[in-house]
Amino acid sequence: MLRVESVSKIFGRVAAVDRLSCEVRSGELVGIIGPNGSGKTTLVNLISGFIKPTSGRILYNGQDITHTAPHKIVGMGISRTFQMVRPFYQLPAYKNMIIPLYSPRVRELAGGRYGDRNAVALDLLEEVGFERDANVAYKPAGTLPQGYLKRLELAKAIALSPQLLILDELFSGMSLAEVASVVPVIEKLRMAGKTIIMIEHRLKELFRIADRIMVLNYGRKIADGAAAEVMESDEVKKAYLGSEE
Amino acid sequence: MKKRRERIDRGIKARSEDVYALASWREMLYLAGPRLLPAAAFLLLPLFLGAYWQKVMISVAVFALLAISWDMLAQTGMISLGQALFFGMGAYVSGILNVYFGMPPWITIPIATVSGGLLCTLILRPVLRLRGIYFSMVTLIIPLMLVRIIEATKIFGGTEGLSGMTPLPSTLVEIYLVTGVLLGVLFGLRRLMETDYGLVLKGIRDNDRSVTNAGINIYWFKTQALFIASTIGAFAGAFMTHVYMFVGMPVFALDYSILPMAAAVVGGGGTFAGATLGAVILVPMSEALRGIGGLRIVMYGLFLVVFTVAVPEGLFDYIQRKYHQMERWVEIDQ
Amino acid sequence: MFAGTFVFALINSSILILLAIGFNLTFGISGVANFAYGALYVMSAYLSWTMLNLLHLPFWASAALSIAFTMIAGALMYRFILLRVRGQALSEVIATFGIGLSILEVFRYLGLVGFEYTLPVFWNESIMIAGAYVDVQRIVIVLIALVLVLGLWLFTHFTSTGLAFRGIAQDERTALTFGIDSDRIAALSVSFGAGLAAIAATIIIPLGSIAPDEGYDVLIKALAVCIIGGLGSTGGVIVAGVIIGFAERFTDTYIGSHWTMIVSLAAILLVLAIKPSGLFGQQKELEERI
Repeated sequence: MLRVESVSKIFGRVAAVDRLSCEVRSGELVGIIGPNGSGKTTLVNLISGFIKPTSGRILYNGQDITHTAPHKIVGMGISRTFQMVRPFYQLPAYKNMIIPLYSPRVRELAGGRYGDRNAVALDLLEEVGFERDANVAYKPAGTLPQGYLKRLELAKAIALSPQLLILDELFSGMSLAEVASVVPVIEKLRMAGKTIIMIEHRLKELFRIADRIMVLNYGRKIADGAAAEVMESDEVKKAYLGSEE
Repeated sequence: MKKRRERIDRGIKARSEDVYALASWREMLYLAGPRLLPAAAFLLLPLFLGAYWQKVMISVAVFALLAISWDMLAQTGMISLGQALFFGMGAYVSGILNVYFGMPPWITIPIATVSGGLLCTLILRPVLRLRGIYFSMVTLIIPLMLVRIIEATKIFGGTEGLSGMTPLPSTLVEIYLVTGVLLGVLFGLRRLMETDYGLVLKGIRDNDRSVTNAGINIYWFKTQALFIASTIGAFAGAFMTHVYMFVGMPVFALDYSILPMAAAVVGGGGTFAGATLGAVILVPMSEALRGIGGLRIVMYGLFLVVFTVAVPEGLFDYIQRKYHQMERWVEIDQ
Repeated sequence: MFAGTFVFALINSSILILLAIGFNLTFGISGVANFAYGALYVMSAYLSWTMLNLLHLPFWASAALSIAFTMIAGALMYRFILLRVRGQALSEVIATFGIGLSILEVFRYLGLVGFEYTLPVFWNESIMIAGAYVDVQRIVIVLIALVLVLGLWLFTHFTSTGLAFRGIAQDERTALTFGIDSDRIAALSVSFGAGLAAIAATIIIPLGSIAPDEGYDVLIKALAVCIIGGLGSTGGVIVAGVIIGFAERFTDTYIGSHWTMIVSLAAILLVLAIKPSGLFGQQKELEERI
């Protein structure tokens, strides 16, 4: 479904992403891990169109999206969350959902009409764990703790009915309970046939749900396979722990 | 015993919050008053004012329109230092259509409004992709350059400008035309910005990356906001051409850029009503202070600085707060 | 005629570059918008004039003092006004624009316009270059432009303060973690920019006279050069200055003097249509602001 062909992104003299190639098949849940600065978020920015690669190609369902504008890529069915969550602070949480629900893609999929955005927003928020009886969805986003903000970000991405969902460090800042409440949502998406890419630092939770793990280091892919075999790899251990010298 | 200041909604505001407001005249008046009073004032005053103050009122309305146009752009994240561009475009198109082609005002004004808006949007479109500062820079220099170009090439009348336009039937017609448009634009835009569409525009100002990530083409929306704002400004210009029966280089001058901006900043950005309030305050003040000549602009400049730095929400917000909330000192429980 | 035009084009370009450098430093390099730039330019000229003609100080003293005062004015403007709206680029623009406006219009109100308001030239001579008489003052302009550009490049690439300037424009947070006091650096940057404006005024004003309208003209020219060359790029300022300078001069000689501003405007519109961030523009389009 998604193919990254030898993509590089060079900033000045630093190669944030260095001739990276990978493939994500439809319906998979792929985890991307790696030490800080290994290029994970840059890769996501490249795929979602916020940055253009210095070289290489990105293909989505056979179509070349290397130079497509980010809003169009969203329209094609790729949706992502941001690592640094920045909602519209003075607006209530559910109002934050209005903007994604105003997206042309949402209207297309709904058959040309938007429907009641407020109701859809509240429903989606409830699904990701905003307790309806506590009226959490009505609180200004600025008053909500990180766990809720992360889930709001997830809800915004889901609202766009993506085929490919990319989650950038969703679990960071969440308590175990919150992670536990979000995992079923991700499972449900998988069962509906969605493809998911997750960048994570919290390996235990990730390994439980991922089909495949990709490890990045210094912009390059150093491992790609099942969780167990990837973590046995010497190079991966060296990347995370350093070598004994 | 320590105290702190607390602001709470007034009783009447709380009572008029939902449908039960319809049950009481007092509450309905509380809600409707702030909207009806200014509207009524605008509509009834002209009948009681002398000729001089009627002209002032026209000025107020024109600058209010320019200030509202500025506010529209500001709410979408674009700071225009050149409202004069919209004003001047509309003014010249209307003047040219009237003087060279003999079209009457009720044709030239609408055409100038729309085409002036289109022209300005086309010129400024490329800058929308860049950081806001570019928009400010370009809107500042283009009208000033146009002034010098007209002066140098003497096109469209050069320094003397074009004169002898067809006037509008009477001063009262002038006032009611511009006031009607003002009220329509004011209430219409307030409504618009409260809808989800307005939310998208304001979102573009607050976090454009997030809006892009929602699959929305922010350049297209910015273009729409620009078109709306420039059309309003162009109307102001087209209208004034027929009021003054003259158009010349001064229509692109800084004065038409500064006063609207000062009005919006003083009255408070983000509400359109603030922009109108600012115009209502500054224009008559400017008239009254005609004696000090150039110092008026100094005043606007100082207002811009002081209000931007110290009172960013503007006067309208202050008045609105006083209307809706009361303050009192409350003991702090230690 | 060609040679003469070429020489004057070079001079024109130098003037434009000199004017744009200060603005480019402050905004392009340190990210602080200073729309009071033109006003500072004019203010420094009036200061020099006052010291020269009312206090009867020698020329060099007046010039040095006025440059110093202008730099202090820039720093004060930062400290008392820009500091409060730091980070909100839109408010910075409005506030500095308001200040610039007030300053210029005060001067206009005081009526300080006329031929007696001017600064003296350095050497009152001309020499013959390529068949045209060029006054030494204009040659001084070219030389000083070269020196300043080189000096600026060295400063921002090799001194710690200069590197700090670039640092806070690129990534303020990271700069802070390096112990760079971003407010102090930003104040210095505004101050330096103001100083550059004052230097430019000292050597360019003698060609004409001081007038409040000069303030707006200077701002327009500086903005035009920065738009075409790209904000933040000293190379861009040079190239844009050369392009506009030559275009204006040659238009003036071969087509007609009233076409010069049209050419400038056309150049801006062209750049905006083709490469909006400027020829050497490093201002990434929205997509790259992560």
